[in-house]
Amino acid sequence: MGATPTAAVLDAGNLQQLLDILQKQNYQTVGPTVRDNAVVYEHIQSVEDLPRGWTDEQTNGRYRLTHGKGKKFFGYVHGPNSWKKFLYPPARQLYAADRMKHRFDVVAPEPSGIKPALIGVRACELAAIMVQDRVLMDGEYIDPEYKARRQNAVIVAVNCTRAGGTCFCASMNTGPRVQEGYDILLTEVVDSHGHYFTVETASEKGRAIAAQLATSPASEEQLAAARQAVDKAARQMGRTLDLTDLKDSLYRGFDSIHWEKVAGRCLTCGNCTMVCPTCFCVNVEDTTALTGEQAFRIRRWDSCFTVDFSYIHGGSIRATDYSRYRQWLLHKLAYWQDQFGVVGCVGCGRCITWCPVGIDITEEARAVKG
Amino acid sequence: MLDGSSVDPMVVRPFIIRRFVKESHDTFSFGLEPMVGDRDFRFAPGQFNMLYVYGVGEVPISISGDPTKPLSLVHTTREVGTVTRAMRILKVGDTIGVRGPYGTSWPVEEARGRDVVLITGGIGLAPLRPVIYYILAHRERYGRIVLLYGSRTPEDILFRKDLERWRARFDVETHLTVDRASGSWRGNVGVVTQLIRRSPFDPLNCVAMVCGPEIMMRFTVSELEKRGVPYDRMYLSMERNMKCGIGLCGHCQLGPSFVCKDGPVYRYDQLSDIFIKREM
Ligand SMILES: Cc1cc2nc3c(=O)[nH]c(=O)nc-3n(C[C@H](O)[C@H](O)[C@H](O)COP(=O)(O)OP(=O)(O)OC[C@H]3O[C@@H](n4cnc5c(N)ncnc54)[C@H](O)[C@@H]3O)c2cc1C
Ligand code: SF4
Ligand code: SF4
Ligand code: FES
Repeated sequence: MGATPTAAVLDAGNLQQLLDILQKQNYQTVGPTVRDNAVVYEHIQSVEDLPRGWTDEQTNGRYRLTHGKGKKFFGYVHGPNSWKKFLYPPARQLYAADRMKHRFDVVAPEPSGIKPALIGVRACELAAIMVQDRVLMDGEYIDPEYKARRQNAVIVAVNCTRAGGTCFCASMNTGPRVQEGYDILLTEVVDSHGHYFTVETASEKGRAIAAQLATSPASEEQLAAARQAVDKAARQMGRTLDLTDLKDSLYRGFDSIHWEKVAGRCLTCGNCTMVCPTCFCVNVEDTTALTGEQAFRIRRWDSCFTVDFSYIHGGSIRATDYSRYRQWLLHKLAYWQDQFGVVGCVGCGRCITWCPVGIDITEEARAVKG
Repeated sequence: MLDGSSVDPMVVRPFIIRRFVKESHDTFSFGLEPMVGDRDFRFAPGQFNMLYVYGVGEVPISISGDPTKPLSLVHTTREVGTVTRAMRILKVGDTIGVRGPYGTSWPVEEARGRDVVLITGGIGLAPLRPVIYYILAHRERYGRIVLLYGSRTPEDILFRKDLERWRARFDVETHLTVDRASGSWRGNVGVVTQLIRRSPFDPLNCVAMVCGPEIMMRFTVSELEKRGVPYDRMYLSMERNMKCGIGLCGHCQLGPSFVCKDGPVYRYDQLSDIFIKREM
């Protein structure tokens, strides 16, 4: 099904309608809100929850939220969360084992039936969701809960009209303009015509919802204003990652001495993996109820930065710090291409902002390329 | 295959331990039967299952039984840590969780019409035993069969009954060696790779299957290469940490490949570039 944008305009004052329609259809509405001085993604009930007027300053190892005079709902750039926490939760029970003497039975949880409505998905984030789709539901073995949530989800994408300080999506061809994969696409504009959203749809689901909004047809002028706002974001972007020969040059750089230099700064804290919207590694934990009659297997997000991650009897495969940083970067930018046919990085810049020592993946890749 | 299904491939099926055999002081085998449903468990030699011990954890263990007798699912495990220790104290009648079979298999078809050389050390014999059962069941399809097996001490030798049976056959060359001799041992002493030089197989018309610690496999590859065996006739089984066995957890990554689905058995020409990299 091709995207056939039907452009309309929604007055910013009517944005609540969108939430109301989704909630009436039993969607869990999740979106941006301010918590602990950061924009995070949480359950939201009304437009009052949105980070209206907030913008962020981001650079290597630094994130600061400020409240300005602006009145945009989506004037911020993404914070530390990504949407994967709603599609592939940080912790989930795989099954319970019920013991009767020396036997046990296995009880798998029912599908959650959750219908998430993701509100405010940026272009890079949508690209990240499509990267995770390849891992979690396009292969021989799939995660059925992920697939169900994904198929149930409504994606309300929002075009970026301002680039964040660590973004490099333009060079990764993943943004800032949303291209595909959404149901509804909003572009927020404040100009002499007022404060409004252009509304485009790319699916039946999206069209059915948008049809219930009090929109009016978009004028040429309004569409041009929206286009220009996104173009401006692309021009603002300060960082780039050169995709030319990326995979092969990184393979050649496997033995580069540069890895040890990065490792001198890296704390192997794993923050980068926790904020990354494409990282999919998980671990499984076992717990037993106090009575001993029931045991649970819990899946949790994991990080390749731990020594245990690669442990096999006799020692860890990646015992040195530099080998773990190298694994992370090479997986994202090189191995991923062989594994899933796409680059594993979408250029969102989170790992740069949230690294306590400000390590920049674009700089490290440049330094290592052989 | 499972696409579109709502069954989570991470969920195990309960099996009952029907037989328990102590193979050596730290190694044991059990025969399993599903608690409910189809008893037939089809697998290809070299594949593994994820085995779950109640409340303790889940680990990858190769299938060590006879692929021509899929009614009995057999695993052989060496106790090395938490999960395998908990496995050792299980008894006949206890339940164990199983999911699989997963991974690539040994090239028993590609080996047709050729000599078969099996080189292994320690617990590595377990994943290769299904190959031996298979090729002996189809003996006429193969040339010479050579098994080179290294063990730490004579007491650590696994599958003694099988080995005696194979040694008694004129159409199988079985050579054992131990790192340290003890008691009445009168056989070879030294590492298994030393046996490769004088083994009776045709280097240009053989398939070599190798399973053991990585360091042993490195020396094996180099000895085979000296004999003139081409890389694309050598197969190695790799070991990595595994939390899922199905390409979803990320733990088993070896460069661009996932050992759980692109391995554990690799043809060496496809592995050689990454096999020589440290900490990949
Ligand atoms: C494809 C494959 C087939 C295998 N087949 C056999 C077999 O037939 N018989 C046998 O005895 N062993 C086999 N192993 C090794 C076996 O999986 C480990 O000995 C076992 O995981 C150790 O778990 P533990 O909890 O007892 O050890 P611990 O040292 O307590 O390990 C802690 C955790 O580290 C991981 N781990 C530790 N050692 C290994 C290892 N060698 N390989 C993978 N993960 C490890 C596991 O997740 C384990 O739960 C195989 C491994 C792989 C990858
Ligand atoms: S690697 Fe960094 S920039 Fe790339 S997607 Fe992950 S967090 Fe974003
Ligand atoms: S690169 Fe930065 S965020 Fe990632 S593990 Fe190292 S110190 Fe932590
Ligand atoms: S064991 Fe989980 S990806 Fe291979």
